[in-house]
Amino acid sequence: MSQVVEHSEAHRGAFSSRKVFILAAIGSAVGLGNIWRFPYVAYENGGGAFVIPYLVALLTAGLPFLLLDYGLGHRYRGSAPLSFRRTHRSAEGLGWWQVGICFVIAVYYAAVIAWAGRYALFSLDKSWGDDPEGFLFGSYLQAGDPGISLDFVSGVTIPLVLVWVAVLAIMALGVQKGIGAASVVFIPVLFVAFIALVVVALTLDGASTGLDALFTPDWGALGETSVWIAAYGQIFFSLSVGFGIMITYASYVGRRSDMTGSGLVVGFANSGFELLAGIGVFAALGFMATAAGVGVDEVATDGLGLAFIAFPAIINEAPAGALIGVLFFGSLVVAGVTSLVSVIEVVISAVRDKFEMSRVGASMAVGVPAAVISITLLGTTTGVYVLDIIDHFINRFGILLVAVVSMLALSWVFRRTGLLREHLNRDGSVRVGRWWEWLIGVFAPAALTFILANEFIDNLREPYEGYPTWMLATLGWGLAAAVLLLGFVAARLPWRDTTFLGDPEIQAREEERTN
Amino acid sequence: MSTSAIVMMLIAMLVLWGGLAVSIWNISRYQGEEPEAVQRDL
Repeated sequence: MSQVVEHSEAHRGAFSSRKVFILAAIGSAVGLGNIWRFPYVAYENGGGAFVIPYLVALLTAGLPFLLLDYGLGHRYRGSAPLSFRRTHRSAEGLGWWQVGICFVIAVYYAAVIAWAGRYALFSLDKSWGDDPEGFLFGSYLQAGDPGISLDFVSGVTIPLVLVWVAVLAIMALGVQKGIGAASVVFIPVLFVAFIALVVVALTLDGASTGLDALFTPDWGALGETSVWIAAYGQIFFSLSVGFGIMITYASYVGRRSDMTGSGLVVGFANSGFELLAGIGVFAALGFMATAAGVGVDEVATDGLGLAFIAFPAIINEAPAGALIGVLFFGSLVVAGVTSLVSVIEVVISAVRDKFEMSRVGASMAVGVPAAVISITLLGTTTGVYVLDIIDHFINRFGILLVAVVSMLALSWVFRRTGLLREHLNRDGSVRVGRWWEWLIGVFAPAALTFILANEFIDNLREPYEGYPTWMLATLGWGLAAAVLLLGFVAARLPWRDTTFLGDPEIQAREEERTN
Repeated sequence: MSTSAIVMMLIAMLVLWGGLAVSIWNISRYQGEEPEAVQRDL
């Protein structure tokens, strides 16, 4: 291995093997959305027929975009800002924009993990009683009117502090001993726990009713644009592409690793887990509907409602309810932590590269402010509203927007997709053809732009969930715009003289020739 | 469950879990080059 790359890896850290990288990438991709978003999206958009647009979206946008991120991080061997900077001097702002988005996501994502952790314990004695909804918003979150208060809720704050302590410990341990080691343990545990949950759910009365509702195809749905939008949206948000995570992780893999083959494993593992989640969740919802004597359509839901209202109701009624609760909420915690670790690593890695800070120093410099903001904003009686607004806007006008802009910029402004295709093919077990450049440069951006435009119009027409205008203007539109602006301001800060800003691959080849 | 639901469930399993199995089999054939030493980030 060349001296430049060797020197870089000694400082930045690296995964010990391709297997560890794949597990870490799966840990990032498999998150809360796989468990609580996919089943309902599939059910609402054609049931069994949704498989077709979902697969088309996976093959034409999800996997191609994943390979773009892999190619970028693996070729340029840096955090998102450094990788973009090495493609072109003017591209660095895109990386910092992604870093800003990740910081924002980390702040609120930790809160959901804290709630799930608390609910795993609540499951043991069914603390929510007969009214899970009233318990969630009343006794547990103590949610008041929308706004920003500083009335802390100890039941949220204490687990939130514990989540941040655990995550910062993982981050401080580094790429292999922290992120890699955690992934090697957590991902198998997650898969085993969730398979156990699915097996238990399938034994419940009415499970087949739920599966029937999920998989009965509505072929007419394939003619609806909204169904295709839902498929592309699900694939995009599920794979953790477009906001720096996969760029960062790919920069920690051996220089001659097979990135295309690894990408296929990560993509299919992520979608395979979603299918597993769909089976487990709808088997449980089928039981709930049968027990209540209503149709599945009356109990089917997603997001917070599914996790913290529907599942407690299921746990109340089901035999071995406590076991289901621990497996379900435990899976949410594990899936959430491995995703949170990947999100915050994007920020830490960028700070390390730019300021040449130590691993522990950068972890604390990033993690402590993130934890303080997270606890201050999310640990209070208004945390649930803050979370809802930030999540809604940063996903659409942060992640989606930066993904479209970066794909178009790399394809048409900086013209790097040909180089990245060659790079992926050099050691890739699956060849990437010229069609990949068209998917990345034309098709995928067009599909995502269509989704983005729809979202933009919808959010302008109707204030999201009727929240106060000032909250939407600051935590929604304002925060999404601030992240963009700050990203391009950060790009103007100078790099250290010792930071190599050229193409490390060219440097490595020259050194190999010299030696 | 209706026949159409069972068929679509099996197709989804075959494609997604089968795709995962094939992609794992593919990379297991191709070792590539692994790092020579575990790097400790400084």
